Amino acid sequence: MSSLAVRKASPAAGTTPGTAQGPPLRRRIAFVPTVTLLIGAIYCLLPVAWVVIASTKSGSELFSTFTFLPGTGFADNVTDLSAYRDGLYWKWMGNSALYAGLGALLSTVVSAFSGYALAIYRFRGRETIFNILMAGVLMPPVILAIPQYLLMAKADLTDSYASVLLPLILSPYGVYLARIYAAAAVPGDVVEAGRMDGASELRIFTRIALPMMVPGLVTVFLFQFVAVWNNFLLPYIMLSDDEKFPITLGLFTLLEQGSNTPALYTLVITGALLAVIPLIALFLVIQRFWSLDLLSGAVKS
Amino acid sequence: MPHTKLRRLVTISVAVTLGATALAACGSSDDNDSEADSGPVSLTYWSWTPGMDKVADLWNKGQGKKDRITVTVKKQASGDTLVTKILTAHKAKKAPDLVQAEYQALPTLVSNDALADIAGDVDGVKDKFADGVWQQTTLGSDAVYAIPQDSGPMMFYYRQDLFKKYGLEVPGTWDQFAETARALKKKSPETDLTTFSANDSGLFAGLAQQAGAKWWTTEGQKWKVGIDDAATQKVADFWGGLVKEGAIDNQPMYTPAWNKALNTGKQIAWVSAVWAPGTLTTAAPDTKGKWAMAPLPQWSQGESVTGSWGGSSTAVTTDSKHKSAAAKFAAWLNTDPAALTALAKEGGIYPAATTAQTSDAFTEPPAFFSNQKDFYTQAADIAKTTAPSAWGPNVNVAYTTFNDAFGSAAKNKSDFGAALKTMQGETVADLKKQGFEVAE
Repeated sequence: MSSLAVRKASPAAGTTPGTAQGPPLRRRIAFVPTVTLLIGAIYCLLPVAWVVIASTKSGSELFSTFTFLPGTGFADNVTDLSAYRDGLYWKWMGNSALYAGLGALLSTVVSAFSGYALAIYRFRGRETIFNILMAGVLMPPVILAIPQYLLMAKADLTDSYASVLLPLILSPYGVYLARIYAAAAVPGDVVEAGRMDGASELRIFTRIALPMMVPGLVTVFLFQFVAVWNNFLLPYIMLSDDEKFPITLGLFTLLEQGSNTPALYTLVITGALLAVIPLIALFLVIQRFWSLDLLSGAVKS
Repeated sequence: MPHTKLRRLVTISVAVTLGATALAACGSSDDNDSEADSGPVSLTYWSWTPGMDKVADLWNKGQGKKDRITVTVKKQASGDTLVTKILTAHKAKKAPDLVQAEYQALPTLVSNDALADIAGDVDGVKDKFADGVWQQTTLGSDAVYAIPQDSGPMMFYYRQDLFKKYGLEVPGTWDQFAETARALKKKSPETDLTTFSANDSGLFAGLAQQAGAKWWTTEGQKWKVGIDDAATQKVADFWGGLVKEGAIDNQPMYTPAWNKALNTGKQIAWVSAVWAPGTLTTAAPDTKGKWAMAPLPQWSQGESVTGSWGGSSTAVTTDSKHKSAAAKFAAWLNTDPAALTALAKEGGIYPAATTAQTSDAFTEPPAFFSNQKDFYTQAADIAKTTAPSAWGPNVNVAYTTFNDAFGSAAKNKSDFGAALKTMQGETVADLKKQGFEVAE
């Protein structure tokens, strides 16, 4: 290993300046990372390409034609999917949008309030609360699904929209991010100045601190949105009525139809592809808010 | 299947957390069984059968209207995950009135006290089913924990045209089956008779059942596990031998590669169950009309026994406030001719009720087997020969171990007997861990 490094280093030391070793050497250094990244990109994109191409295949083409040969059935697949039990798929899509949209929004609001409070105010037990939240970050949501179900059952809320939405509202990770972000982006002096001018605490928060926290909160919102959109176990445990299912659960029931009924592969593949589109659109739209990050850091010093 | 991993992950994580929260759930228990069957009753039913809501509508508009019992179907995903979901709901006393459950899941549900004994409400229903099927719902006791819905008697499927082309005869015994596999290899080394799939524990269980294996039995208050018994060893050695000598393929089923092999005639036979035509329709669309069905090969000449692969039942839960009403619906669903015809048409199920197997819904062969006019007459005859099966409270553990142990054994073409020992060992260990007494 070390001998290799030495050998590579010696021409770079440049005892022969006339031969211009520079550019080829730079290319050689970039070779390994480039290949690694390319492999990584292929690893990530190949399954996506598969889904895109497979969704264009009709049932008879799916397993019989060459894997990456586009088929002829995309329109039919979408029609079949929309026709499945009177458009239940679009109902699932709507449910997912509701769970992810409203859930992420509520959880961002809660995260903003609590993150700001934890970052700005000094009060007894602040660190204890924060440490408990940190423990919550480390706890996988999967572990919590069943206790949450049993609690919801006590409140007679199972199999309702609320049963999926309520547990999403408090996101330890969101609060954690919001606190870190508020501490970095909202200077104590600005809050102090607001107080001097006689603004109420709520006004300072909504008019001064909140705009500064927007890029961080966008991140929280996106994280939550994606997490809820892809969530499986919580709705799986909570819901039994498939009219209330989110898309993940709906596609799962299409796959698991029982041993005597073939899985509806073409519908599932097309459904999975369509289910990713809102996420991609969301990222493209919200991405530009992230660039604000640089500007808002420039308030002080 | 590609989603097996997800399924297992969900099952494991749910199982882990179920254990962790068992204590929390113990607090609430005021369960007063008020059998208020006089007023209008509304029941919920978890089922994965496609079109079950339409069958329930038949009830709601007919018999149910008279009895003032309304059934709402909530469609679920099938599999072990549903069992876990039912048990979770049961912990909160929120299980639906009726559930669809696979036969091998019944002992798990019963040992968790999730299923009600409905023996008192279903007099005379027993006669509608073959003994081997009915006995799975009683778990060998006087109780009745479910009504059989569909069954999956096993059969042998083969490509009629290719058997003719290669000059092969339909094997009547497993010895002939092995000879056929070898003969095919000689004539066309690229082609396999079939594959041994280590992903499909249900298939192996059915084959063992045919050979006379009884994997779970009770001895007094103790469970006895017989996975490593002589009958199963015979089955494991038979398939292990074929895989080892390369007479058959060792790739799993239900993969794109397997579909392709069936579709292109690289594999020309399939040991499967009565529902195979549906699977072949999607897996091998180009082979329509080229297949034929025959009884499963036998262990000795002149016998006629088959195993079963798949099949499910309708059960009433202990959480139901209206157990008699629920039992009434379960009995109607699985014995009434109109209901069974609707189930066959809407859900594509093969009914467990013997009279329904030759009803109007089954006069025509499946479209994929249009050349075999007597498909369902033959199927009904085969169904009568189903060997009794014996399931225990941790079939899921045995199945998972099967996938792991036989998966690597099939891949490495190593000893299937060792894999069977692992399966037996893990199953016994898990039973003990769960607190069951196990007879050695």
